[in-house]
Amino acid sequence: MRQSEISNIMPKTIKLTKGLNIRLKGSAEKKISGLSSQQFAIKPTDFTGVFPRLQVKEGDGVKAGSPLFIDKYRENIIFTSPVSGTITEIKRGDKRLLLEVRIESDGKYEAIDFGKADPASMTRQEIAEKLLQSGVWTVIRQRPYAVIANPEQTPKAVHISAFDTAPLAPDYDFIVSGQGAYFQTGLDVLSRLSDGKVHLNVSKQTAAKEFLGARNVTINTFSGPHPAGNVGIQIHHIDPINKGDVVWFAGVQDVITIGRLFMEGIYDSSVTAALAGSEVTRPQYYKTRRGASISTMVKGNVNDENVRYISGNVLTGKQIRPDNFLGFYDSMVTVIPEGNYHEFLGWALPGFGKFSTSRAFFSWINPSKEYRLDTNLHGGERAYVMTGQFEKVLPMDIYPLQLIKAILTEDIDLMENLGIYEVEPEDFALCEFMDTSKTEIQTIIRKGLEIMRKEMS
Amino acid sequence: MKALRKQLDKIKPQFQKGGKFEKLHSTFDAFETFLFVPDKTTSHGSHIRDSIDMKRTMSLVVIAMIPALLFGIWNVGHQHFLSHGETVAFWDKVLYGLWKVLPIIVVSYVTGLAIEFAFAQIRHHEVNEGFLVSGMLIPLVVPPDIPLWMVSVATAFAVIIGKEVFGGTGMNILNPALTARAFLFFAYPAQISGDKVWIAEKADAFSGATPLAEAAAGIGAETVNFTHSFMEMFIGTIPGSIGETSTLAILIGAIILAFTGVGSLRIMVSVALGGIFMGGLLNLASVNAYMDVPFYYHLVMGGFAFGMVFMATDPVTASQTNKGKIIYGFLIGVMAVLIRVLNPAYPEGMMLAILLMNVFAPLIDHYVVEANIKRRLKRMKPAKA
Repeated sequence: MRQSEISNIMPKTIKLTKGLNIRLKGSAEKKISGLSSQQFAIKPTDFTGVFPRLQVKEGDGVKAGSPLFIDKYRENIIFTSPVSGTITEIKRGDKRLLLEVRIESDGKYEAIDFGKADPASMTRQEIAEKLLQSGVWTVIRQRPYAVIANPEQTPKAVHISAFDTAPLAPDYDFIVSGQGAYFQTGLDVLSRLSDGKVHLNVSKQTAAKEFLGARNVTINTFSGPHPAGNVGIQIHHIDPINKGDVVWFAGVQDVITIGRLFMEGIYDSSVTAALAGSEVTRPQYYKTRRGASISTMVKGNVNDENVRYISGNVLTGKQIRPDNFLGFYDSMVTVIPEGNYHEFLGWALPGFGKFSTSRAFFSWINPSKEYRLDTNLHGGERAYVMTGQFEKVLPMDIYPLQLIKAILTEDIDLMENLGIYEVEPEDFALCEFMDTSKTEIQTIIRKGLEIMRKEMS
Repeated sequence: MKALRKQLDKIKPQFQKGGKFEKLHSTFDAFETFLFVPDKTTSHGSHIRDSIDMKRTMSLVVIAMIPALLFGIWNVGHQHFLSHGETVAFWDKVLYGLWKVLPIIVVSYVTGLAIEFAFAQIRHHEVNEGFLVSGMLIPLVVPPDIPLWMVSVATAFAVIIGKEVFGGTGMNILNPALTARAFLFFAYPAQISGDKVWIAEKADAFSGATPLAEAAAGIGAETVNFTHSFMEMFIGTIPGSIGETSTLAILIGAIILAFTGVGSLRIMVSVALGGIFMGGLLNLASVNAYMDVPFYYHLVMGGFAFGMVFMATDPVTASQTNKGKIIYGFLIGVMAVLIRVLNPAYPEGMMLAILLMNVFAPLIDHYVVEANIKRRLKRMKPAKA
């Protein structure tokens, strides 16, 4: 019956004009190398709102798909090992916060067999069961709050963003090539989980047949600068989230992981990740796995000592050490220079080489220049003074400054009225980037979402 | 510069917690960050940041005021010698202007910054750059002959009552510089209104009336007799407050503000349109000579242009939403002309119009935001049905 509902009519392109493309040096060359990492870790801090309860101890042997920990409050959400090997360390931080479950690979990639299956002949219940058991469920997240989806709920729709517009972001056309069968199976699985539509949101520039020829989905086309590739922006323009709505989303590689589970019967944690940034000697793509150590990737491939390693992109990623691990949901590692220097009268210089969205520096003379931006804050934190800035980079019918102030005053009704359910920190990353007052807007948005989540549960 | 940096790093511990000069922490910080952009890096969220900061933003506003300031300095000298019937060289006018204007600027900055530093220290905050702009705005909106102690008192009033009691920069309701001017206007009317104060050490025989005063006299008369042509008002060779006379110089500042994105072009245009709209309306419904004054004169007379470019655009006290800015600006233009023409007690309507709309800006924003909320709620209904 589902097959008859295939609606593959190309709707018109949604053109976004607000936003900003930050041109950085060091984009990844379209070349994939294999990587054989020994060290892996799953970081509970990658999963917002999860309280981990350990299922293993140091020295235990695991296979790919063996449970590592579960969510204390939703015990059917299981987090499994990406490889086979031994648990080497359970790393904790302040107040015994579980930071990492480290696994040393035995190089055999033995996996638990969850059984091949055809989603078309399974019930929704059976599909969810399989995903939960293998740990693959954790790749499906929900809005609002951007947390792992609740298997007891049925979403209004599922959204997959098939492109990333963030600075130096990997090209999903490139990543998906050769993975078409897995990707399609993943889409089939998702379409069985939702009563509503599965939206595949593609860039106007895409030529990938894996996307354009996808079945069982509605294809939406977007054009425009970053954050057009953010799934939250896309949801807002296709079918916005109202109070009480639940929408699920997953990335392209997440869909492929789901597809592999059903076609191969195993949890295959392989992902393709881009290594990019001005400080990388040879920026390119690598075949690696979720939670793999980045050390083999960056060793001998970075120009300088005083650099920052980021799992994810420069706007939303997490700072990690060069021997740390790729984040669960991340498809790239960025290396940029640290900015821990004093600059003499820096605010008063003409600034021909200083990137700014305002024309306050003379860099506007050269709009196509690629920049080597560092982590300097370029100023001190201040009260909000400037207005009308954030609106330029947030392509949503939302008043950003007003929402931020509602969160700061913890006004729950106002937050709800101003659209807190529709946003995620990443949607405000550009606002944070350009904020003259140098505040931490993404942290504020996350705080607001957590307040709402507590209030609603 | 390395030597300077070393020296700063050496004395820095004395200003930090537990140091000898702990009480001067904010002062040290202000000077240190003035000399060097701090080495602070991002930790959460966006790892890269735009190069712009509050210092750059505020210093650009000051730069945008420089054309008006320079013209003002020359014009103070020009008007003075003109009233005495003397013909002197360009530089003599400039020197005379400097002699009059510089002390006012110094007094404004010293008073205001001293208070700002003290408050920052009490609150353990960094010193905010907002007063860099206010400190220059105040001298530009006062008459050249203003006693210096009045500048000092008005500045102190503006900074403390107009800004710091609300929580400092970013929290104030009224524009501080206009608060200072309004304070002078109501506390010392003799020194800031009438025909005598607009030219420095004016010769008694010389009229010295501003175009606004001449226009106001037109309410009872047959026609308005302007001493100056429209062009002279536009260029600015007329008596008036130090920085407000030259619409041309102010427009150069407007271009700087709008191009760099520091000042809101939306507000500037709306104010101008509001003024033109009201001026035009009064022209059509004219019953006296002042109402006959062509609408475009309002844009070049008095403080209209200065208020439009430098005061109405103050982001803290203006409307914060884009739609709100249009309404806010338009109403400033309307009110300014309305007060000028229909209320002869206040020849300059711009100051009161902006202060009034400062008070109403949050209300305008409230309705704009409410409309957004209604849109969001409306969206929900068909989804539920």
